[in-house]
Amino acid sequence: MSLIRLSLAYLRLRLATTLLSIALLALGVCTIVVLLLLGHQLRNRIEGEIRGIDLVVGAKGSPLQLLLAAVFQVDVPSGNVPLAEVEKIRRHPLVARSFPIAMGDSALGFRLIGTEPELLADRGGTIAQGRLWEAPMEAVLGSEVARATGLALGQTFVGSHGLTGGLLHDDHPYTVVGIAGRTGTALDRLILTAVESVWEVHDRPDAAAGGDPRHRAGAEAHADEDRQITALLVRYKSPLAAVQLPRFVNAQPSLQAAVPAFEAARLLAVVGVGLDALRLFGALLMGAAALSVLVALTHALTDRRADLALMRVLGATRGLLVRSLVLEALLLTCVGLVVGMVMGHGLVELVGRLVPEADAVGLTGRVLARGELWLIPAALALGLLATALPAVRAYRSDLVGTLSRG
Amino acid sequence: MAGSTDVEAVTLEGVRLAVGGRLLLELERWALPASGRVLVSGPSGSGKTSFLQMLAGLLRPASGRVLVGGQDINELPEARRDVFRGRTIGFVFQTLHLVRALNVLDNLRLAAFLVGNKVADRRLLELLERVGLADRADARTYELSQGEAQRIAIARALVNTPRVVLADEPTSALDDERADTIRRLLVGSAAESGAALVVATHDSRLVPHFEERLVLGGHG
Repeated sequence: MSLIRLSLAYLRLRLATTLLSIALLALGVCTIVVLLLLGHQLRNRIEGEIRGIDLVVGAKGSPLQLLLAAVFQVDVPSGNVPLAEVEKIRRHPLVARSFPIAMGDSALGFRLIGTEPELLADRGGTIAQGRLWEAPMEAVLGSEVARATGLALGQTFVGSHGLTGGLLHDDHPYTVVGIAGRTGTALDRLILTAVESVWEVHDRPDAAAGGDPRHRAGAEAHADEDRQITALLVRYKSPLAAVQLPRFVNAQPSLQAAVPAFEAARLLAVVGVGLDALRLFGALLMGAAALSVLVALTHALTDRRADLALMRVLGATRGLLVRSLVLEALLLTCVGLVVGMVMGHGLVELVGRLVPEADAVGLTGRVLARGELWLIPAALALGLLATALPAVRAYRSDLVGTLSRG
Repeated sequence: MAGSTDVEAVTLEGVRLAVGGRLLLELERWALPASGRVLVSGPSGSGKTSFLQMLAGLLRPASGRVLVGGQDINELPEARRDVFRGRTIGFVFQTLHLVRALNVLDNLRLAAFLVGNKVADRRLLELLERVGLADRADARTYELSQGEAQRIAIARALVNTPRVVLADEPTSALDDERADTIRRLLVGSAAESGAALVVATHDSRLVPHFEERLVLGGHG
């Protein structure tokens, strides 16, 4: 016999109530764990995507939209910007490195991005197969694109107008020259090519119709003057740039500067409100669970009045009886906590594996979220709090009165 | 014999027991020798249960000393008194029997555990054997008849080899045959364990079997 065995025996005796308390607690813990994991990985993802980018330059409009479109690749850009104006930024002495981003087309459900080959390595990507593009109409597929489309090196595909598919550019097929390794970032879902590829497809409106070559040459000359890109990703040369460059960019007639760190913080704050609300819901569930433990123990105490008196007569001290009640609550709490954490991590892992979008962003339940360990003392404290009242009642129970009533 | 010693099992010295302002008992000196047995009788409300509670240190007399195995039980601090009671006194109640959450054997184990005694299962099974219920060791307590539960309670009272066994109305709710079985078990088991026996009852069927009687109610 041991105190644990005694406590377990009492928990078994009222199995339905015990299971209900555990289920409530587990549900609360699970909700909070899921939210912590999502919040943690969302924050990591956002911070990972903007790492190394100090400024995003694009068309005037919403800076958050610009960031979402040009970096996270989840929104449509507010417009294009003239290459000539962008070049002024690229040549600015406070700019250490910059990458153009030309958007507008998609292929096989994935975005086509015109940029420079160095971008891949700069954003943490590698070439898993083949090589980087060296000429227009050569493309490197992100790992998720390659997996989903089954395209292999040397195969060709055509882009379609718009980010969600539209008119096919049948006359301008791309050739797959490389496949990037998995990064767990937006890169995995992109098709990278030269900026010139995007221009080549769009700058010659007659090309698709196979028109008069003289007409085409005229259009090319016109297009060179009007060349545009969607955005420019900028890395500062010195901290001073953080003060001067955004102001300089915003002073240009058609340019806008978006500071990723600031916009990401704004994005997290917006998302965070939702996560906080859900976390509050989880905390309420845990509170309800604690209340359920309190009710269960109070009922148990009423049912167990005679047992407690009997045990006192058999030699149990008041302290021992209180310890037995506390242990009961702690056992309930621990089981609820473990079940809830396992459920939470399992659920996130399951979603990460079963939902392709979640898998693409590397959602996993096999990590500990920041702040998750605080759940352990919080839940135990809640369990202890729920025991306090019954424990005091047990401590103060009238032994002689109970025995006299039989 | 375990638990037996030259020291008297219970000694009352100048004891005045009052409950709710009513004097129930006044004794200059009363002693129960080791292995002795006494029947405490009296009408309902005469204080039989209170008398047992006083012997167990659950009720403090208005004055006087209650010595169990030579130890003034009321001199001990509460926690030590609890453990002392568990180790030296075995209890058999009329209605307050067994812990429902535990099976029969665990009820016996509990009695040892609560006072920090280590008692081998073999001895516990022997005790069950003695009350004729060795085959019920794994039974849930709610599966037992009242008579069986009472026998288990007798076995449990002897787990810590007590100096004295206190029984409160152990036979009142039983028919003649079962009452006789319980009486024989109580007397026989206490004697085998070398424990003194105090039975508080208004059950007149037990009277002929006890040479010494303490009649309460004179102060009512």
